[in-house]
Amino acid sequence: MEVLGYYNYWVFAVLLMIGFYAVIARSNLIKKLLGLAIFQSAVFLMYITMNKVEGGTAPIIQKGVVDQIFSNPLPQVLILTAIVVGVSTTALGLAIVVRIKETYGSIEEHEIFEADLPK
Amino acid sequence: MNFSEHLPALQVVVPLLSAPLIVLLRSNGLAWAAATATSLMAFAIAVAITLGVLDGQTFPYSMGGWPAPYGIALGVDSFSAILLLIVSGASSFALLGGRPSLNSQIEAHRQPLFYAAWMLALAGLSGIVVTADAFNIFVFMEISSLASYVLIAGGPDRRALPSVFKYLVMGTIGATFYLIGIGLVYMMTGTLNLADMEVRIQGVADQSPILVAAGFITIGLALKAAVFPLHAWLPNAYTYAPHMVTVFLAACATKVSLYVLLRFDFFVFQQNLAGHAFQFATFLMPLAVLAVVVASAYALFERNLKRLLAFSSVAQIGYILLGASLVSTAGLTASGLHVFNHALAKGTLFLAVACLAMRFSSLHLQDLSGAAKSMPLTMAAFCIAGLSLIGVPGTAGFISKWYLIGAALNEGALGIGLAVIIVLSSLMAVVYIWRVVEAAYFHTPNTSAVNIKEAPRELLIITLLAALANIYFGVNSAVPVALASDAANLLMGHLQ
Amino acid sequence: MSTEKLILGALLAPLIGAVAIGLGAKLSDNVREAATLITALILCAIVWTIVPEVLAGGRPQLTLAEVVPGIEIAFRIEPLGMLFAALASSLWIINSIYSIGYMRGNKEKNQTRFYIFFAVALSATIGIAFSANLFTLFLFYELLTLSTYPLVSHKGDENSVRSARVYLGVLLTTSIGLLLPAIIWTYLVAGTGDFTVGGILAGKLQGPAVGLLLGLFVFGVGKAAVMPVHRWLPAAMVAPTPVSALLHAVAVVKAGVFTVTKVIVYIFGVDFLFAEPSGAWLLYAAAFTVISASVVALRQQNLKRLLAYSTIAQLSYVVMAAAILKPLAEIGAAVHIVAHAFGKITLFFAAGAIYVASKKTEVHQLRGIGHQMPWTMGAFTIGALSMIGVPPTGGFVSKWYILAGAFQADNYVAVATIILSTVLNAAYFLPIIYLAWFAQPKAPQADHGEAPFPAVFALSVTALLTIGFFFFNGPVLELERQIVQGVSP
Repeated sequence: MEVLGYYNYWVFAVLLMIGFYAVIARSNLIKKLLGLAIFQSAVFLMYITMNKVEGGTAPIIQKGVVDQIFSNPLPQVLILTAIVVGVSTTALGLAIVVRIKETYGSIEEHEIFEADLPK
Repeated sequence: MNFSEHLPALQVVVPLLSAPLIVLLRSNGLAWAAATATSLMAFAIAVAITLGVLDGQTFPYSMGGWPAPYGIALGVDSFSAILLLIVSGASSFALLGGRPSLNSQIEAHRQPLFYAAWMLALAGLSGIVVTADAFNIFVFMEISSLASYVLIAGGPDRRALPSVFKYLVMGTIGATFYLIGIGLVYMMTGTLNLADMEVRIQGVADQSPILVAAGFITIGLALKAAVFPLHAWLPNAYTYAPHMVTVFLAACATKVSLYVLLRFDFFVFQQNLAGHAFQFATFLMPLAVLAVVVASAYALFERNLKRLLAFSSVAQIGYILLGASLVSTAGLTASGLHVFNHALAKGTLFLAVACLAMRFSSLHLQDLSGAAKSMPLTMAAFCIAGLSLIGVPGTAGFISKWYLIGAALNEGALGIGLAVIIVLSSLMAVVYIWRVVEAAYFHTPNTSAVNIKEAPRELLIITLLAALANIYFGVNSAVPVALASDAANLLMGHLQ
Repeated sequence: MSTEKLILGALLAPLIGAVAIGLGAKLSDNVREAATLITALILCAIVWTIVPEVLAGGRPQLTLAEVVPGIEIAFRIEPLGMLFAALASSLWIINSIYSIGYMRGNKEKNQTRFYIFFAVALSATIGIAFSANLFTLFLFYELLTLSTYPLVSHKGDENSVRSARVYLGVLLTTSIGLLLPAIIWTYLVAGTGDFTVGGILAGKLQGPAVGLLLGLFVFGVGKAAVMPVHRWLPAAMVAPTPVSALLHAVAVVKAGVFTVTKVIVYIFGVDFLFAEPSGAWLLYAAAFTVISASVVALRQQNLKRLLAYSTIAQLSYVVMAAAILKPLAEIGAAVHIVAHAFGKITLFFAAGAIYVASKKTEVHQLRGIGHQMPWTMGAFTIGALSMIGVPPTGGFVSKWYILAGAFQADNYVAVATIILSTVLNAAYFLPIIYLAWFAQPKAPQADHGEAPFPAVFALSVTALLTIGFFFFNGPVLELERQIVQGVSP
């Protein structure tokens, strides 16, 4: 039960590794970026999971309701920021891939590497 | 509230706000002028902060008036002052003198955007230094990183693109590791304020998540700081970036990450994790030694001048880390000093490289033959900064080497070994700087290099000024020594 | 003018002179050379103005800057440094006259660069002589190394660049690798690096560490050329002869032995080192260098290389004398610095004059050359006799004191070394003298006559000084007696 109770954290770890693997193992730059995005999303999941308070509800103060248990809003705010960062990183990465494709004619890492070797 | 209390916030806000304004400017000249003015203003703020810090002020600041630990707090001490000085100083020097170089490397219609990205990088790097909030550090780190990716990819060399892609991937992984680390700490303590964290971790019963967090944070920041062997992104990124970007980033970017690393390790973890000092030292000291030795060896055999200097940067990061990993006041003083002095030396070297690049199409050593004949002043600046990098007395680099060897020798037998390594690697620096000097001074010029003139005046003046700064701080090191020893006392003060 | 200003003046005069030489070269060669001579005269005048004060027991000092708390760039003139500065600055005048003759006679390229770096090297030498602490000494020591590199590689061909690299490599490696750690160690142990009468290490260090630190110092000062760090000196012989004469017979090498002597006297302290057995190896290392360098010199055919090995041997004389650790021997060390300087500069001047006049560089080519170049070979003979130590030359005086010191310490290793090396010196110098004066040339020789007048003039002056020093050495001895005040006999 203990193990299953940390279900979300297991998913976090698995996603993290999948993303990391893709970044390292794939030669295709787009796939690398996708791996990076998965890698980052895993962390978002971790933050979302930790803010959950058992029996807690959305942290909105309502008239007449007292002693309400709220989920912790702070990690959600944090992760919104982190998502923005992640999106811009992916966007910038894709922009670089586009320019690499324009100049090298390829998005395969080893082909790009070979193109720059002194002839 | 009087004006001086707002300085830490202004340090970030001024460049941050100037970025969108610069985008709107249509003229390249105006964009450059605005960026330079902003950067100089940031430098002036940094100097004002430094003077205040030397007087014993601490500049606590609560963003939006929300008190810490609920609101985001800013704060500067002598350690931050060193970093602020080199960040804004490097940016100002590069922008003031760099116009000819930037004009020749950045496409005209992209220049306002380029300067805006520069301002964002400046704001991000300063933000990391002034903030006292763990998550805020992450945000600023990513602002500065994204901006630096743009800056590095901005040059005409197509090889910058794969290099920057690699940097982006490794940098993002580093930042994400850091994010995981602070997530874990937040889970256990419920706070993001560094000072608050330090206090609250003491009450945490189960230390293992904290230990894991320390691991993630250390690795993540080590990646960003290009600590050996996580330095793979650095040499190519620095080599193919526009020359002025290299001046700016090589002087300060990795050091800012090291700064965060030291803050976490000394303020947050040292006191709270059993045996952390030992783990920290045994983990980082071998890496530092390897960085110093291996990267210097790479530099020995490198033919491209810029990459040679980039490898030397990896080695110099090793020195900074080595001092810190001694976990002693003397060692940390040496580290703090070396942060400052290496920024001076490496900044000057890359400025001289930019001068050379204005006139030589290739920066391979064999193509620079006889450069000193046609560009004597540039090469003179290069030599002075090279001596400073080696650590010859009379230059700034000597001061930090002196403190570093002194700190190492305090450690008994291990220290003697470390001192030997420091001396050996200084000799390696002699050799790799000498290779450049020999090519420039004692080889006959190539036929194509006959009609080469000195670099454009403004670039040359700034380069010479930077070289003179190396000598000035080598003879009169009172200010950096005061800042660094104060910083070391602060860091060690949290260890009782 | 106060003495502080004089110290500063002595340091700056050659540097200002260097600028003047550079500017003068734009006008004409004559202006450039006049600038060199005037600078040399001014420097010499400044240095000699300070002499009376030091003789009277004054120790003028000047602090320029405090680099790090406790570490200053500071100058303080004590007798040994005064002697060294006076020697180098006086010989620079004669050397400049000689340089003009040599460089013009040989039609060398890049003469302006030559004169400029020569002046910078002199400034560094004065800095070494006057330095008040180890840090300042190290600063100028490195400046001297760097400023002499362009002089050694002057010719610019592949051979000289390679030799110059050996020169720089050995000197920089030893100074950064050994000397700097030794200096830092000293500062850490003693808390200071000031040259203090009686030493600063007594009671702060004991046992094998003393011997180790001494080793770091002696081999770190590569300029003293104690084997095995002597390789740079023969390599440096590719330089034009005026460089070999002033720098590699006087300024640079003497800076080395001067540093070693100063470290022994003012850092370790003579009495402390004498009482500490772990430092005794130095005498044997120096004795070994004296003998083996002399043996190597025996086998040399190239005249300048022969002189270089002879210099290595003579330098270790000074180190050995200092290592005997007795007052008379310390005086002998200081006197030998002067006596050897006069003798060796004469020999180098003569070698250069022979090269300028006849392009001869090998010993066997010198058959009968004495008849064509009587002045040059006469001076050469005097210099050689001084090396051997025959009266009435300066070499005799210093050998006398060193021997006396050796007997005072009952040190028969030193006595035997001196006797053996005298025999060896005679064995390699006398054949040259014999060849030059009494052998008949095998083939008819072109009638080249004497070298240009400035060169002959200069070498005649130094030959006279070599003899003169035998008769008039009072002031030098008086100066040097002050060094050993307070040392137990």
